[in-house]
Amino acid sequence: MVSNRDTVSPLGLSGLDSSWSRWVTAVDSQGVQRTWHVLDTAAEAPTGPVRPVGTILCVHGNPTWSYLWRHLLARFGRDDAPPWRVVAVDHLDMGFSERTGTVRGLAQRIDDLTTVTDALGLTGPVVTVGHDWGGSISLGWALRHRDQLRGVVLTNTAVHQPSGSPAPTLIRLARLPGVLPAVTVRTPTFLQATLALANPWLPEPVREGYLAPYRGADRRAAIGGFVADIPLGSDHSSWQALQDVAQGLHTLAEIPTLLLWGPRDPVFGDVHLRDLRNRLPHARLHRFEGAGHLLPEDADVAGAVARWLVELDHRPADPTPASAPAPAVPWRPLWAALAERAEDRSVALVELANNGRQVSWSLLWQRIREIGAGLSASGVRRGDRVALLVPPGADLTAAVYACLRIGAVIVVVDPGLGLAGMSRALRSADPAHLVAVGRGLAVARAMGWPGRRIGAGPGAAALGALTLGGLARLGADVRELPAAPQPDDDAAVLFTSGSTGPAKGVVYTHRQLAAMRDALFELGVNTDAGIVAAFAPFALFGPALGAPSAIPDMRVTAPGTLTATALAEAAAAVDGSAVFASPAALRNVVDTGDVLDDHHRAALQGVTLLLSAGAPVPAALLTRTRVLMPEAQPHTPYGMTEVLPVTDVTLDEIVDAGPGDGVCVGRPLPGVQVAIAALDTTGTPSEQPGCPPGRTGEILVRAAHVKDRYDGLWLTERDSSRNPGWHRTGDVGYLDSDGRLWVQGRLAHVLVTSDGVLTPVGTEQRIESLPQIARAAVVGVGPPGVAKVVVIAETLPGSRRARMASRDLAAAVRTAAATPVAAVLVVPALPTDIRHNSKIDRTRLRHWAERVLAGGGLRRP
Amino acid sequence: MKILVTGASGMLGGATAAAARMRGDHVRVLQRRPSGLVGVDEHRGDITDPEAVRAATEGVDAVVHLAAKVSMTGPWQHFAHTNIGGTATLLAAARAAGVPRFVHVSSPSVAHHGTGLAGVGAGTADPDRARGHYARSKASAELLALAADSPDFAVVAIRPHLVWGPGDTQLVGRIVERARGNRLALVGRGTALIDTTYVSNAADALVAAIDRAPEAGVHGQAFVVTNGEPRTVHELVDRICVAAGTASPRLRVPVAVAKAGGAVVERLWSALRRTEEPPMTRFLAEQLSTAHWFDQRRTREALGWSPQVTLEEGFVRLAMAYRSTVPVPAATGGD
Repeated sequence: MVSNRDTVSPLGLSGLDSSWSRWVTAVDSQGVQRTWHVLDTAAEAPTGPVRPVGTILCVHGNPTWSYLWRHLLARFGRDDAPPWRVVAVDHLDMGFSERTGTVRGLAQRIDDLTTVTDALGLTGPVVTVGHDWGGSISLGWALRHRDQLRGVVLTNTAVHQPSGSPAPTLIRLARLPGVLPAVTVRTPTFLQATLALANPWLPEPVREGYLAPYRGADRRAAIGGFVADIPLGSDHSSWQALQDVAQGLHTLAEIPTLLLWGPRDPVFGDVHLRDLRNRLPHARLHRFEGAGHLLPEDADVAGAVARWLVELDHRPADPTPASAPAPAVPWRPLWAALAERAEDRSVALVELANNGRQVSWSLLWQRIREIGAGLSASGVRRGDRVALLVPPGADLTAAVYACLRIGAVIVVVDPGLGLAGMSRALRSADPAHLVAVGRGLAVARAMGWPGRRIGAGPGAAALGALTLGGLARLGADVRELPAAPQPDDDAAVLFTSGSTGPAKGVVYTHRQLAAMRDALFELGVNTDAGIVAAFAPFALFGPALGAPSAIPDMRVTAPGTLTATALAEAAAAVDGSAVFASPAALRNVVDTGDVLDDHHRAALQGVTLLLSAGAPVPAALLTRTRVLMPEAQPHTPYGMTEVLPVTDVTLDEIVDAGPGDGVCVGRPLPGVQVAIAALDTTGTPSEQPGCPPGRTGEILVRAAHVKDRYDGLWLTERDSSRNPGWHRTGDVGYLDSDGRLWVQGRLAHVLVTSDGVLTPVGTEQRIESLPQIARAAVVGVGPPGVAKVVVIAETLPGSRRARMASRDLAAAVRTAAATPVAAVLVVPALPTDIRHNSKIDRTRLRHWAERVLAGGGLRRP
Repeated sequence: MKILVTGASGMLGGATAAAARMRGDHVRVLQRRPSGLVGVDEHRGDITDPEAVRAATEGVDAVVHLAAKVSMTGPWQHFAHTNIGGTATLLAAARAAGVPRFVHVSSPSVAHHGTGLAGVGAGTADPDRARGHYARSKASAELLALAADSPDFAVVAIRPHLVWGPGDTQLVGRIVERARGNRLALVGRGTALIDTTYVSNAADALVAAIDRAPEAGVHGQAFVVTNGEPRTVHELVDRICVAAGTASPRLRVPVAVAKAGGAVVERLWSALRRTEEPPMTRFLAEQLSTAHWFDQRRTREALGWSPQVTLEEGFVRLAMAYRSTVPVPAATGGD
């Protein structure tokens, strides 16, 4: 039954182990004997010490072949891999399987796969893995073999063309009359076009591997056949077979399912992913940002599957991770403070940009109720995601709390991500509704952002859109709001700043958001006095804290536009005693402090609490703020989008702590635990936290207000929450003997030099103490273990171009650095994140420095 | 211990002989010209002359082989004759004389194919892909030497990278001479990161290699030796010029022009049968426009050696040498 054949051969292709290839001959469902080519990690008699616990059945699509799965075969051939056998089948007329000369539809393909697995005698547990149209075929097989089905993995595929959305462009083009045979069979155009979808481009030997079985039109017939077999209408012969697969998926609800997705795919887009998620709501999803259609080429699919199988083998029951510590207090919803002030006529919000418009607590709560009711009436359901692209102010506040109250999940996308970053973020969060001001609506339409569009602010109605105002009128007469959500329902998706790769969506439940509010209380906010919210995340929490908030006149996208005058006017408007501002905003406030009049100065004298967060704040900057706000004690809480705040420290405490090898961010807030997972000599953090004071490692945080999970990033989530109850921050630092935390940079930016592990921040601070240096970045060039330290600096006065440091500057930097420095480069500006303009993109700088020091030019980084 | 040092009239050969003598070894030297060294047993002769080599190897406990033709230009036969033929002659004589240890001084260029090297170890010598006659001939010589390694004849190949110091005519001498004549130009912007070796550190490494040669994991192996402190070409040239009390270069030559120009000059020089060094060759253009720095962990562990003189200290010593106007001996030596 199983034989070898060597007429056309896959042997010798790049990345393929010749021992994997075998030919399987069996009688198909039409009674004809056929021969399949199969890649199989157990093709030769299994010699390993471990008996496989099951088989991973890989099913390719069109126009690839099992070559697509070579990394998976290689991964599971490793000694440290979970003991699973991998079998990848070339469909008949595809890859190196027999050319039958027949036309085979979807139902026949599913039969054929069953014929092969029967011939191979696969009787034990099976995990199916499908790509492209191999997804439908693998699911068809899965539905027929439920008794042995252990799991389902799908990569960039679809089982249904959602109505109202056009079929994939490539497919529509290929199916134009007369085009199909020309692009798919007579020429390798379709094949070449598919291979060109890889990100980055495929190396030549790999392209060769894909092309090898398809040389000559006679070997490509099935490429055309597959394209023709896609049922775009109910009159198609494979329509019913695909319908059967699609409609059968709900019966797989008990089967562990993993969706791995490359978003840069012109064939299968967001609509197809949404359709699959609706049919398989229990599926784990990881979107590999930047990867595309040929996902197994673009991303580590093999590693993801291996990781998933380990969990499947070890945690057969419930794979949900142990949750954060049980909350000590009963849940008090985020909107509770607003509901309690429903009759309060005093000022809740002042918008300085909007002629000082004032909104009372009672009006605010009324608007929240109206908009909430209107959203419900217009079809927004509990659990629906609603993106909010509205600048801080009364409209945003009302929309946020309206959504939270009716159980809609707010998606907050920061314009600081830039347009491309916002697009990526919105596509990943995939909101059902999108609220935006006029310009945002136009951009949303032009960019094709997901979600039903709802207008906000003046001018929105003119665009003919559904508006918040219209929704409020719709909801004005509704007496009863829908039932409130449960505390463990999703409440919000927030996004990281994207300074360490694409911005990640972070999901919070209502309980966790409420815990975040309570943690902010711990920073010492006096709710009787007003808050000046010049930092967007805090603007949202002002009303929840029950404190009147003033939103200064500034461009939200550019915190550096906040002037001292604008800040003072906001403080005056609400008798503000607490100011929230980002470091970039503070810097401009200090720089523009000269023009203040007596009235402004008096307003700022009333400020007793200054909170600056989002990025490390230099002590020198905090000291300068005292000239303007002499009564204010500056605090710089440490935290991140995933858990905020974690620690708090005052300027006095920073001064007391003195210099150290990093930034002192103080002690954990009440209810927050911080632990360190020590770095070893290769810069890798230990799995378990706990090490003596002074030892550098990854910072772990445990608190009630830690995020619930990353959104659509299953692998990232597993990494960050692999210590049950703890969040691994990806930051490095140490705890000193007084329990203070010192932050030393990002784990990804740790250098492993021949002298040992080096964290960048402490060295940068020492270099920044030089009078001729404005800001410095420490990066490593060369392989880990022998990396050489390179310092890249902004000088005072600045340099107009990138250049090598002068002899004197290099000498001064080397002395200050106190670690061997191979080169000192000067640039006009270090690249930073847009949101805070302060998180240095050291990864980008490292690549730049590597190019320069390889002998490349000195263009700006 | 009695040690034969070949090529002792060069900077590194002289420094190695001196280092061995300082620790009490008996040193014999072999080279064509007077070594200028005191307290050594001086043999004069050509490394390719079997009789001279036989006499020099008789009764020694170790050989450090530095004698080589080091040049950017010249006919292949000259390189092959001295570098390959000379090494073969010396290896044969040393084995015949029963010398148990042989340290072959090689060059990182034997494993360099023209692309940049950042943090790499010692690759296998490759005569087919090494660039230029010097590197190709040295690659063959190293393969020959390591092939001769056996339990009773411990051969170690040491590849010091860009050795410099007071008295250096190869690197420092040329830079300073051209800078003084205002003829020094940097290739590109001089941003390539390059490892160099202060001469006494290289000499210490060779002496350490003699001591460690019999150990497993040392004999039969090649090791790159550097200061482990790479610097940009710009910074190196600048510091050397400062040490020599001359102005730093202001001229810049684009890399492509330097490579093309170097090729033209190479051909022209050969055609004219000029014997002095041309201003720029393709090999040099590549060397100065791509990164060359190395992973020193294996070297330091195997040889039990680490550089005692930092670059900073080296520049100070260089400056002192230039200020004291010590006569600079003519030299050939490792690169």
